Amino acid sequence: MNTHTTHLIRSVGLLLFILGFGFFIAVFFLSGYQLTDDVLKQELQEENQSDQAPNAAGQETSDNTEESFMPKSMYTIVQEEAEEMLGKVYAFNFSFIRDFSDVIDRSNQQIRGIYGITSDEMEQMVQTLAEENNLAYTAEAAGAVFADDTVGRFKRKMLQDYTGWLEGKQFDNPDNLRSQLAGTVASINRDVTQQKGIGRYEQKGVKTAVVKAATIGFVKDRQWLVFIISYGVTILGALLYLLPRLYVHPGIKNNHIFHSSLKHRGWLGMMLGTFLIVFYVILYFYPYYMTNWILVVDPISQWLNGGPAGEFFLYGFLYTLCILVMGIRMILNYRHSNYHIIRTISVIFFQTAFAFLIPEILVRLNYPYYDFKNIWPLDYDFFFPGSLSQLIESGGLGIFMLGWGIVLIVLAVPILVYFLGKRWYCSWVCGCGGLAETLGDPYRQLSDKSLRAWQVERYLVHGVLVFAVLMTIGMIYTFFTGSGSLLGIPTYSVAEVYGFFIGAGFAGVIGTGFYPLMGNRVWCRFGCPLAAYLGIVQRFKSRFRITTNGGQCISCGNCSTYCEMGIDVRWYAQRGQNIVRASCVGCGVCASVCPRGVLKLENAEEKGRFGKPILIGNDSVRVDQ
Amino acid sequence: MKKICIIGNGVAGITAARHIRKQKSASEYSITVISAETEYFYARTALMYIYMGHMTFEHTKPYEDGFWKKNDIALVRDYVRQVDISNKRLRLQQGEEMPYDILIIATGSKSHRVGWTGEDLQGVQGMITIQDIERMEENTRHIQRAVIVGGGLIGVEMAECLHSRQIPVTFLVREEEYWHNVLPLEEAKMASRHIRGHGIDLRTGAGLKEIKGNAQKRVQAVVTTAGEEIPCQMVGITIGVTPQIDFLKESAIETDRGVLVNAFLETNVPDVYAVGDCAQHRQAPEGRKNVEQIWYSARMQGETVAQTICGYKTRYVPGVFFNSAKLFDIEYQVYGTVHPQPTEEEEHFYWEHQGGEKSVRVVFEKETRSVLGFNLMGIRYKQAVCDRWIKEKASIMHVMEHLQEANFDPEFFRHYEKEIVARFNQQYPDRAVKLKQKKSLVATLLGW
Ligand SMILES: Cc1cc2nc3c(=O)[nH]c(=O)nc-3n(C[C@H](O)[C@H](O)[C@H](O)COP(=O)(O)OP(=O)(O)OC[C@H]3O[C@@H](n4cnc5c(N)ncnc54)[C@H](O)[C@@H]3O)c2cc1C
Ligand code: SF4
Ligand code: SF4
Repeated sequence: MNTHTTHLIRSVGLLLFILGFGFFIAVFFLSGYQLTDDVLKQELQEENQSDQAPNAAGQETSDNTEESFMPKSMYTIVQEEAEEMLGKVYAFNFSFIRDFSDVIDRSNQQIRGIYGITSDEMEQMVQTLAEENNLAYTAEAAGAVFADDTVGRFKRKMLQDYTGWLEGKQFDNPDNLRSQLAGTVASINRDVTQQKGIGRYEQKGVKTAVVKAATIGFVKDRQWLVFIISYGVTILGALLYLLPRLYVHPGIKNNHIFHSSLKHRGWLGMMLGTFLIVFYVILYFYPYYMTNWILVVDPISQWLNGGPAGEFFLYGFLYTLCILVMGIRMILNYRHSNYHIIRTISVIFFQTAFAFLIPEILVRLNYPYYDFKNIWPLDYDFFFPGSLSQLIESGGLGIFMLGWGIVLIVLAVPILVYFLGKRWYCSWVCGCGGLAETLGDPYRQLSDKSLRAWQVERYLVHGVLVFAVLMTIGMIYTFFTGSGSLLGIPTYSVAEVYGFFIGAGFAGVIGTGFYPLMGNRVWCRFGCPLAAYLGIVQRFKSRFRITTNGGQCISCGNCSTYCEMGIDVRWYAQRGQNIVRASCVGCGVCASVCPRGVLKLENAEEKGRFGKPILIGNDSVRVDQ
Repeated sequence: MKKICIIGNGVAGITAARHIRKQKSASEYSITVISAETEYFYARTALMYIYMGHMTFEHTKPYEDGFWKKNDIALVRDYVRQVDISNKRLRLQQGEEMPYDILIIATGSKSHRVGWTGEDLQGVQGMITIQDIERMEENTRHIQRAVIVGGGLIGVEMAECLHSRQIPVTFLVREEEYWHNVLPLEEAKMASRHIRGHGIDLRTGAGLKEIKGNAQKRVQAVVTTAGEEIPCQMVGITIGVTPQIDFLKESAIETDRGVLVNAFLETNVPDVYAVGDCAQHRQAPEGRKNVEQIWYSARMQGETVAQTICGYKTRYVPGVFFNSAKLFDIEYQVYGTVHPQPTEEEEHFYWEHQGGEKSVRVVFEKETRSVLGFNLMGIRYKQAVCDRWIKEKASIMHVMEHLQEANFDPEFFRHYEKEIVARFNQQYPDRAVKLKQKKSLVATLLGW
């Protein structure tokens, strides 16, 4: 094929890609929204049932007794509050979400009115305790002030749950008692919505479901068409753009990377970075804005797991696609190297099968969602009480999963790292690594190679490991004792902070969003606690190293430049020393880009692994004078 | 305290500085490096990658900028105009005079010129310095064709540079195949084929007669020795390099092509040494040229002179020769001595992969059958192993039998030892050997 034809194919590909991707972005804005009673019924009556299940804080309410007086259900309340919204057509999700958020706030307000403890009731409690209990607090005595109906029983239960620490405490005057109680009552009233209304943790889900269900128009009516244009055309374009590389001689072609705006922090790179960061912020914190995107993959989700798609299904789907398409790019670019071909196929396989398909199929079969290759502490909620009980409750397979996860941590990691280096996981199996090695490959040269960055890396990544371990100890303690506090530290809050800052903020927003700004391994290098664990084993007990070929290094710097982990490979290579570094993920790119074939990734005897700096070739002799 | 001045911050000068500092603290020896081209040491070998956008200039600096201060090595960016031996002083272009106790000359090379008409036209250049790369940016903007004259390693690097910008290139090479003055015929043919495969208009057996300019004194065409006129807007001259020692002309330091040194890298003037590209050995080390303009030799001379200056008088004895390069996508390595034509005493065993992009050549002595050299295209061999075999005068049979030991290709790459040995056995049935199969795949993987 001549260069003219390949150029044409590439241009057509780029055009299709831009059109397809542009359409994908446009879909974000393309729908109208109309709230109907049906939507509320569908989404909130379900919610009401799940309301009875353990909520995020793991507490349980049970009032199954038949009752003549039933308080209004959340659905009824929302329906009342949403009166003005019902039937109204919104052109943008922003205004729809704003109005619906107000509806939720007002509804929660009502719930507080119904289930909250009033100041009158509190005054009564103080009086009762003062008169009948000698100013000693007991939940039973205090709770006597509530009526004996659904609402009253609920309030009594809340009081009991929240005042365990007060039980039996003696006060010397009513004012002290009142002020103590006031604080507790305020917390109860704040948390009432957690149980009876739409709590803080649920709101994201409820909003996402409602917005999705209330969507009207093109995207909803033509899911498949939209799917084909936004995905099919984009992928086709990408492939047309990539495939002509087959006509370029195999070999390293890093031409113009540092002239490229996209790959060298130019305006295109900045734009892509911003897009990724915004994407992650929406995904983790405001998923109800991306419902159009979720809608488009609904049919896929239905087909795979029998249920509608949520934001994380969308994410998994996109993630897998990126690894697949960019994996094809990786294979084309490095097709002279079996090492890269095989490991890229490996990450594509593990992502598609283990991270994406198997968990969905498990869900379809009513088993817990489980990614068999995800290892704690990267999989930071593995030991959360909720996850543990879910695994234990789901019988044989669940127990196997629990055991499997533990075997990975205590056996697979040390043994495989000993024989193969941490690369077996980081650049062959892991999902984060998989994305970094495919979608992130064009940005590997942006990693910081300075000594300073290395120092920061060591503090940060080991800091996160310590944080993860402590957080997990708290969670396991809570699982076994049922107490949410260890040494006075609220375990759930610690876990929540970890999830917010490390799980979502660091791994997602920074980890991937910063690809075009700081390279493709920001998370793996600075944040991943599993990488820290694998790295410690690799550094101290492993047969893996990168050897250098005698004195052949010409100090050109290609290896260091393209090391995604920011290792100054040249520093070692030019003095003829083996490279043994905790952070090396064994991607093998340094060895591929070296124009003198100096570097080789190897597993060999541990003896002499660190090697002395030796440059072969100089036989100069000292002359005794 | 002794004051050491080093002229030139290339690999020779900088290696000397580093190795002196390893042994002597700043209170014993002060070290100052004066260099004109750049403030900091960078890898000249990486120039092509800057032009091609694989790296920026920053990436080619082997040490962080803070390294020099931390190691008490003073850097001065200036040009040394003259060396005043009797007063032990350097005259700098901009700065004051600079006194020294010990002087190391490590000024490298400049582009070789033979005085063609039109050599000084705009658009004619070599590729030796970072300024050349900047010039190349200018000279190659919106041009229709470039001509490169001279078929060495820098020539092919320049061709690759221009090719990366889709500039049509005509490559004039005097030899009958690319670099056949160094490469044996088969490898030279392979290289020629490969270069042409990339769309380079490689003309072998072709030389330059003159360069023609236009009214603005810009290149407009070249005329070849065959009389053909090739229109072009840029001409790269890569016919070799020559020591950069013009500034020593008036001093008493003896020079010929380069600064003349003895086996201890000493010049005729006490306390003045020369290393690297600019040094010319009065007596060439065994099996070597007297001016050897390659990175590794420059580095080794720097290492060696540092010993002598620190009081451990050391003779420069380069070991088994080695070199490597990359010709577009084909990696090339050489260990030991490989002549382009077998000499009387030697015999060449050559294997080429059917794809025509990989080959192994082993040179051995006819009589003793001991190996003398390896020439490799597209396959990596271990320097340590080849070096040892050559030093120990291992026999060609031993080498064939243990060929797997030498392989340095990445994991999962196809191995060709079986084919190579089969070929050998076919060619020398009387010396047939059995290849020692080292390992199974699993064993290799696990490093057993
Ligand atoms: C494009 C290119 C690619 C190459 N690739 C390879 C390769 O792959 N493998 C290999 O083995 N070799 C290669 N070489 C050769 C190798 O780079 C040289 O052999 C090596 O750099 C020589 O080092 P040096 O320290 O002797 O001199 P240089 O690196 O040339 O350094 C000398 C410095 O001294 C400065 N200087 C000179 N005169 C003065 C003065 N009067 N005052 C102040 N400063 C002065 C110069 O400006 C220069 O910066 C390549 C060379 C080039 C140009
Ligand atoms: S040192 Fe090499 S193999 Fe290790 S992470 Fe860096 S580029 Fe990859
Ligand atoms: S890429 Fe190779 S030659 Fe260049 S600095 Fe690294 S090891 Fe040395």
